[in-house]
Amino acid sequence: MSSRLFFSALFSLVFVLPALAGDDLTDVNEIVNRANLAAYYAGDDGRAEVTLTITDNQDRKRTRQFVILRKDLEDGGEQLFYVYFKKPSDVRKMVFMVHKHPGRDDDRWLYLPALDLVKRIAAADKRTSFVGSHYLYEDVSGRGIDEDIHELEKTTDTYYVVKNTPKKPDEVEFSSYTVWIDKKTFIPMKTEYLDKNGKKYRVVEALEVQRFEGHPTVTVSRASDLESGGSTLAEFKAIKYDIGLKEDIFSERYLRRPPREARR
Amino acid sequence: MSLRAVFALLLFLFPVLSAPPVRAASSLPERIYDSTGIEINGFAETVLGTRLTNDPVEKQLSAADLRLRLEASRDLGETLLTFKGDLNADGVREEMEGDLRELSLSLSPLPFMDLKLGRAVFTWGTGDLLFINDTFAKDWQSFFIGRSEEYLKYPNTALKVSLFSDLADLDIIYSPLFGDSRHISGERLSYYNPMAGRIVGREMEIDPDEPNRFFRDDELHLRLSRTLGGLELALYGYSGFWQEPEGVSAVTGRPFYPRLNVWGGSVRKDLLGGIVSAEAGWYDSRDNPDAHDPLIRPSEFRWLIGYEHELARELTGSVQYYVETIQDYGNYRQALPTGAPARDESTGTVTLRLTKLLLNQDLTLSLFVYYSPDRDDGYARPRISYRLSDRWLLTVGANLFWGRNDNTFWGQFQDNTNIYAGLRVSM
Repeated sequence: MSSRLFFSALFSLVFVLPALAGDDLTDVNEIVNRANLAAYYAGDDGRAEVTLTITDNQDRKRTRQFVILRKDLEDGGEQLFYVYFKKPSDVRKMVFMVHKHPGRDDDRWLYLPALDLVKRIAAADKRTSFVGSHYLYEDVSGRGIDEDIHELEKTTDTYYVVKNTPKKPDEVEFSSYTVWIDKKTFIPMKTEYLDKNGKKYRVVEALEVQRFEGHPTVTVSRASDLESGGSTLAEFKAIKYDIGLKEDIFSERYLRRPPREARR
Repeated sequence: MSLRAVFALLLFLFPVLSAPPVRAASSLPERIYDSTGIEINGFAETVLGTRLTNDPVEKQLSAADLRLRLEASRDLGETLLTFKGDLNADGVREEMEGDLRELSLSLSPLPFMDLKLGRAVFTWGTGDLLFINDTFAKDWQSFFIGRSEEYLKYPNTALKVSLFSDLADLDIIYSPLFGDSRHISGERLSYYNPMAGRIVGREMEIDPDEPNRFFRDDELHLRLSRTLGGLELALYGYSGFWQEPEGVSAVTGRPFYPRLNVWGGSVRKDLLGGIVSAEAGWYDSRDNPDAHDPLIRPSEFRWLIGYEHELARELTGSVQYYVETIQDYGNYRQALPTGAPARDESTGTVTLRLTKLLLNQDLTLSLFVYYSPDRDDGYARPRISYRLSDRWLLTVGANLFWGRNDNTFWGQFQDNTNIYAGLRVSM
């Protein structure tokens, strides 16, 4: 066991076991905070190979495959993302890079290798589809926890059930969403979105969670659009944390020359 | 090999390439990678296009491509070797064309240095389909007949040295031999010839004198850039030639590529939820410094400003305003022979881009328009592309040129107005 692994195991013992012991948290902000860290800030950096299988309402399937690199500049704060596409062919070797700034617009770039073109992308509505899937940009990089009012609806044997109401309802398509947060791992296991009429129209659920280097990690998840009938299955492979990604990987230099960590 | 045999071979290869992999995990490229470490990819593509009007000096067919692309790359230690090559049976030129799109080595010999050596496409600058400080080779013929946008950039053979520091990054791209653009020559697209005083085509192909002396007819591109948070700043320099034969020799009467230096800069930044960009450049026409020579394009000052914003869900719009101003305009006017059509001192062009994504982003509707209010001419590029599956891509589109006069920048191409359809299957 590496010393890092040892420390993360120790960390789990110290911080996760109290939850196991049954001391339920009651402060909703602490629950949301820990869920945010568990879902989006595990380790100081990370890498995963992601396959999205998009199924439309006529059961036609499309694949998106990419490698995602992430580096946290601050837990719960600024983050850098590097997405290197492998499939389908027309986006192969394209790179999508995001500098995430909680509280203001993210900076986004797209590199098109066929043209050697570094394109800056307008900070679009974060609630638009990520690469045509049923996941939204906000599902990938996380919704700012200050953007909603959180209420602890109930605490069950396994979940904290938190209802979230947007502070700026005009900017989003939902009226509220409810998250089932695992009491042991703080991983959000299910999220249900209600539309403006209070009807459930969208569900994102974790189908499989595994522990990597001490971090509980979603390895299979699904986003379903109940209105259109389509859904996207996301599978995460080759998950690694704390691989020592340098900050300059998330710059124009490496957009034009993808690092080996992204390519393989 | 006759053209017919090539077509037959490509048609035979189509179903082979398009056969579904038995299992996703063991597709041919993955098996090749696993056994050799070579990453393979490629596609087969056909593009067919026709003119909408009858051009008396060109063929009715504007595009008839049957193309095979092969891409291969391999890590050689810390060096990445990349190859990209096309074999195209061009039914308009009735020729088989081989096109080496890339053959390059990329490496980082020092922590603060990247090198790229060989043949590759290079791009910089902030314009969207407008180029000021991007003085790398273009292929306007491909652009105007409906080939994929990647073919607008034509490869250069060069050495690229990039140096990185906290203060700024410096890129130096040196080509020992100038690489010209594939300009409109009359061979497949008609243009206005001022000597003839009309739109001409295959009967009056431009056959310029090509620079051919290695290390003397060379070109040097420089860029100094820095990103401060979301603000991107760059300075550019270029020493080489006009990308197109912008001069006519007084001695031989033959078109040639006059010498050119370009100095410029650009900024790009997020603003009000969108992206604003601005770029300027001074085109120093070194063979005609004071605009006294009517046979060589005079010096110009060029600038643009652009803004892109999301207009609605999955709909993005952008506009640019671009201006070319002739330097020493008085001299230019004086030097022109009487009766010769004169350019305006300043010409403005507006561009508009709209992109709409539909059906889980499998369907893309796009429109790009150039319009010059000063000249009252323009060029529109509507295009629809649809992913039939992960491997099949269908494209239809048009290239629409118009102008009040035959001799204006876009107006001269009006007989080339065409529609096209393309089908691509990837490996």
